[in-house]
Amino acid sequence: MLETITFSLLNGLLYGMLLFMLSSGLTLIFGMMGVLNFAHASFYMLGAYFAYTMGLYTGFWVALFLAPIAVGLIGAAVERFGLRQVHQYGHVPELLFTFGLAYVVEELVRLFWGNTPMNYRVPEALDFPLFSLFGTNYPAFRVFVLVVAVSMFVGLYLLLKRTRAGLIIQASLSRPDMVSALGHNVPQVFMWVFAFGTGLAALGGVVGGIQLVTEPGMAFMMGPIVFVVVVVGGLGSIQGALIASILIGVLQTFALSVDWSLANLGMVFGYAVPPESFFATIWYMDSTRIAPMLPYLLLVLMLIFRPRGLMGKRES
Amino acid sequence: MLVTNELHAYYGKSHVLRGVSMEVRAGEIVSLVGRNGVGRSTLCKSVMGLVPPVGDVHFDGRRVTGQAPHRIAHLGIGYVPEDRAIFPGLSVAENLELGVKRRGNGGRWGYRDVFNRFPRLEERRDTPAEALSGGEQQMLTMARTLMGNPRCIMVDEPTEGLAPRVVAELADLLKEIAADGIAVLLVEQKLSIAKQISHRMYVMGDGRIVFDGTPSQLEDSPDVRKEWLEV
Ligand SMILES: Nc1ncnc2c1ncn2[C@@H]1O[C@H](COP(=O)(O)OP(=O)(O)OP(=O)(O)O)[C@@H](O)[C@H]1O
Ligand SMILES: [Mg+2]
Repeated sequence: MLETITFSLLNGLLYGMLLFMLSSGLTLIFGMMGVLNFAHASFYMLGAYFAYTMGLYTGFWVALFLAPIAVGLIGAAVERFGLRQVHQYGHVPELLFTFGLAYVVEELVRLFWGNTPMNYRVPEALDFPLFSLFGTNYPAFRVFVLVVAVSMFVGLYLLLKRTRAGLIIQASLSRPDMVSALGHNVPQVFMWVFAFGTGLAALGGVVGGIQLVTEPGMAFMMGPIVFVVVVVGGLGSIQGALIASILIGVLQTFALSVDWSLANLGMVFGYAVPPESFFATIWYMDSTRIAPMLPYLLLVLMLIFRPRGLMGKRES
Repeated sequence: MLVTNELHAYYGKSHVLRGVSMEVRAGEIVSLVGRNGVGRSTLCKSVMGLVPPVGDVHFDGRRVTGQAPHRIAHLGIGYVPEDRAIFPGLSVAENLELGVKRRGNGGRWGYRDVFNRFPRLEERRDTPAEALSGGEQQMLTMARTLMGNPRCIMVDEPTEGLAPRVVAELADLLKEIAADGIAVLLVEQKLSIAKQISHRMYVMGDGRIVFDGTPSQLEDSPDVRKEWLEV
């Protein structure tokens, strides 16, 4: 039992960290700039593919830096020549634009890399067990994921709270007109914020592509859940995104690893729904089958009961 | 210093500025008065590039019409909007920081000068800006724009909703700013204040300038006041 809990916690934390890497960039883009970027996970996918291909020539460590930069530059171009034009027509065209973009990216990836998953593996330098727990080895790469995620969090936090660029971003949230009237080039700042956000997603992909999978469907697999993280965490809050990521990661992992249903609870009170009843489906459904639904259930409940999210300053 | 010539501005199909020609010289306080909705704020915004202007805006002899707002700010035009656009969530000091321009440090107004002139802002430097009183917020937005050391400043209805004591403080501040050689364009609703501190006054009506003269000349033109100012 203790073993299950420990491993669920560790794995949940790991999955949460991957979620955070993916969604921290969206916290900037959606939460701060207000751009409903449906294609955010596509940049995550590009990060994984770029790092895989670059890594064949340069090795993993160079690709770890180059891939996010390359994707960030693509992000800058998408903002400058796409979103900025669409933005003036409002949020819905923006959403549709990024929706289309997500499909375009997926098809391009299929075109260049094919339909099958890439053989994107843990780099040799990290391919060893770091410690063992209850007789099971814990791979060093997972700890590396943790380290990257934590550095991302610290970097982002400092960027926002301690730099002028961070102040400009936060001020532009409420009064972009006034920020530009004070002499700051707001559109340019937005372009770099978008680039930075997509670069962060790509960094998530460089690492996540190894830990999870690198295949053309990976963007659509992760696409919706990053919005859950950003909304549950609270728009524009990096701390909120971190907490929400870990919460969702742990929640989902636990639901998958402990076999539990409402019937167990009923047993404690000596009550059971008759098996032929209409509600029996729910009553006897074990938690592994609820797991995929949990994040979205959380999203729906959050929007109803606490639209600001866990730590957000304003409503979505 | 700041000159507009036949300036027009539109919101979609509605034609708000219909050929505004006016001028503000260095060291001068010029008030722009007129009824609500006549387009005074729009004039400030189109000079600033926040509303696309059609016509001519000259600053220091250079045509600046239609440049991006941040460019215009860097040329030396400052703008304090009518709704006290403090940045909520940021502290007083952070608000001031955003007034500093990347280039051109070392003018009349640095942190020290601002805090000496507005001791109250120094006391509350770490307070979130939205927690300040209305008067303090107005002083903060003024100070923030001054931190950019503009050579011309447009102040849109700064006295709205403020207590008489704060209004008097603001009037003093504007006089000081002008005495430093800065061109001040004051959009004002309270005629009494405008008359007290302005060197010249413009009355706006129907999207145009309908009167141009000194406060005493306006005093002597009951027909202008009757047609364009009184309700
Ligand atoms: N963003 C906008 N879109 C459409 N119309 C606008 C917009 N802003 C202002 N207007 C209209 O343009 C006209 C001029 O507005 P402006 O704000 O310049 O007036 P004003 O003289 O500053 O008056 P006041 O500040 O007392 O409201 C008004 O009729 C107003 O309704
Ligand atoms: Mg106005």
